[in-house]
Amino acid sequence: METFVFLFATGVSRGLVIALFALSLVIIWRAARIINFAQAAMAIVAVFVAFTVVGLTGSYWAGLIAALATGALLGAIIERGLIRRVPHVTPLPGMIVAIGLVMVLQAGLGILFGPEHRPVQAPFSESPFVVAGIPVLSPYDLFVLVVALAVLVGLGLLFNRSTLGLQLRASAVAPEVSRLLGVRVPRMVTIGWMLSASVAALAALLLVPTELGLSAHSADILFVQAFTVAVLGGLDSPIGALLGGLIVGVLITMVTGYLGAGYAPLAVLALLTAVLLIRPGGIFALKEARTA
Amino acid sequence: MTEVVTENQPRRTSPPMLSFQSLTVAYTGSPVIDELNLDIQDGAVVALLGANGAGKSTLLRTASGLLAPRAGRVQLDGQDLTSVAVENRVRLGLAQVPEGRSVVTELSVDENLHLGGLWRYRDRSDRNAAVDQMYEMFEPLWRRRMSLGHELSGGERQMLSLARALISEPRVLLLDEPSLGLAPRVVAQLMTLLRETADRTGLTVLLAEQNVTSALSIADRGVVLGLGEIVVDAPAADLAADPALRQAYLGF
Ligand SMILES: Nc1ncnc2c1ncn2[C@@H]1O[C@H](COP(=O)(O)OP(=O)(O)OP(=O)(O)O)[C@@H](O)[C@H]1O
Ligand SMILES: [Mg+2]
Repeated sequence: METFVFLFATGVSRGLVIALFALSLVIIWRAARIINFAQAAMAIVAVFVAFTVVGLTGSYWAGLIAALATGALLGAIIERGLIRRVPHVTPLPGMIVAIGLVMVLQAGLGILFGPEHRPVQAPFSESPFVVAGIPVLSPYDLFVLVVALAVLVGLGLLFNRSTLGLQLRASAVAPEVSRLLGVRVPRMVTIGWMLSASVAALAALLLVPTELGLSAHSADILFVQAFTVAVLGGLDSPIGALLGGLIVGVLITMVTGYLGAGYAPLAVLALLTAVLLIRPGGIFALKEARTA
Repeated sequence: MTEVVTENQPRRTSPPMLSFQSLTVAYTGSPVIDELNLDIQDGAVVALLGANGAGKSTLLRTASGLLAPRAGRVQLDGQDLTSVAVENRVRLGLAQVPEGRSVVTELSVDENLHLGGLWRYRDRSDRNAAVDQMYEMFEPLWRRRMSLGHELSGGERQMLSLARALISEPRVLLLDEPSLGLAPRVVAQLMTLLRETADRTGLTVLLAEQNVTSALSIADRGVVLGLGEIVVDAPAADLAADPALRQAYLGF
C-alpha cells in the first residue's frame, strides 16, 4: 500500500511531464502536419542553455525562463529557416529533414559539451515527504506537478478562450478557409512551432534532474514515451495527450517499482500494440474528417 | 456601420469595383481562363454562369488570391491585387465564400462567426455586437450557436458561411455555388437575403451558380463563361427572358 501511494504519486508527476511533451508533439502535428522527430534534440539544446544560465546566474528561475525562450526561438528559426522550405506535398520530406536535424543538434552538443552525463541540481529536494509514516512524493515531484498542471491549464485557456487560440485551431484544420477569413496562417504555423518547442523544452527541463543527468540524449526516452502517448491519444487530441501521458507515466512507474526498470519499455510497447489493435487512429482520434 | 453614399462623386470616372484584365489562369497545360476581361461596377449583383468545368470557380479563386494568374491582373476599386496575399485581400474588402461546405467543422457556429470578424473588430464587444447582428439576420444560426460545424445541416452550413463572410462588411462578395445541395425553398430564401443585403449595404456580388434561374432572378447582370472566355454578357432580365439566348448558352 505504501509503495503503491508513492509509486502512484510519482507516476502522476512523471506522467504530466510525458503529457507535456506529448502535447508539444500534438501542437506541432496540428499546426504543420509533421511529427517532429527533432523535438527531443531541440528541447535538450534549450535545457543546455538553461543550465548554462543557471550556472552563470545561480538562479533556477532564470534558467527556466531561458529554457522557454530558447525553445521558442529554436522553434521559430527551424520552422522559418528549414521546415517551411521543404515541400509539403507529403509529410515525409519534413520528417526526414527533422531526423537530419537531430543528428546535427546532437553532434553539435557532443562537440560543445562532450559525451558524458553532467549532473544537474534540482531546485527542490528529491527525497519524499512522509505523511503518517507513508512516503508520498518529493518536493521536486510536487513542483513538477504544479508547473505541469499550470502549463496544461494555461495552454487549455490559450487554445480555447483566446482569439489567438481560435486562429491556431482554425488554421490547423482549415488553412485555406482561414486565410480567406484574414487569418495569417503562415504566422500561426510559426507560433505553433514556437509554442510547441517551448513546451517541449520545459518538459525536458523538468525531467532531467530525475534522470541520470544532462547529455545530448537525455530526452530521447521522453520522446519515445511521449510519441507513444501521442499515438495512443490520437495525434490531433490534446485531451488524449494529457490522459495518455498520465496512464503511461503511472504504468512506467508502477512496472519499474514492482517488476524492475527493465520491464517498463516492454509495458509501454504492449500498451501501444493493444491500443493500435483496438483503435488504430488512437483512443481519442477525431471522428470528423477534416475540411480543406 | 451604414455605408455613406456620396452622390456628388462622378460615377463615370470612378474605376470598376472589381476588374479582371486580360486574365489568363492555368493549372497545368492549356489555360482554363484565357485573356478574360470583365468589369463589375460598384453595387452590382452579377451572376457568373456556365457549364461544369467552364472556369467559374477558377475565376473566383483567382480573384481571392488562392490561385495566381499566369498573366493579366485583378483590380479592386482601382487597386492592383497581384502582390496582395489572400489574407490581406479580405482586409481590402474582398470576401469569398468558397465552393462546398466551407464551415470549419471543428469550431462552433459562434467560433466560426468570431473567426470571420477577428481582423475587422479588434475590440471584443464590437465583435460580439457584429456577431449578434448576424444572428438577427440568420435566425436559425442563433439556435445552433453552440453546435459544432459538423453538426449543421447543409442549409445551416451555407448560411453560416455567408454570415461569416458578411460579418466583416466586405465591399465585394465572391460566392461559389451557394445553392449546391439545398432545397429550392432554402435557395430562394438565400437569394432573397443576398439581394436585400446588396441593396441595403451597396455590396457588390459576383455569384457563380449552376442554378441559373435563381441566380438570374436576383442578379442585375448575367455573364456566361464558356471554355475560359465570356460568351454572353447581358442584363439578367434579358438573359432570363430570351429563350434563344438561354437555349444557345445555358442549354434550356
Ligand atoms: N486543382 C485543379 N487542377 C487541375 N485542373 C483543375 C483544377 N481545378 C479545376 N481544374 C480544371 O479547370 C477547369 C475549370 O474548373 P472550375 O472548377 O473552375 O469550373 P467550374 O465552372 O467552377 O465548374 P463547376 O460548375 O463544376 O463547379 C476544369 O476543366 C477543371 O477540370
Ligand atoms: Mg465550381
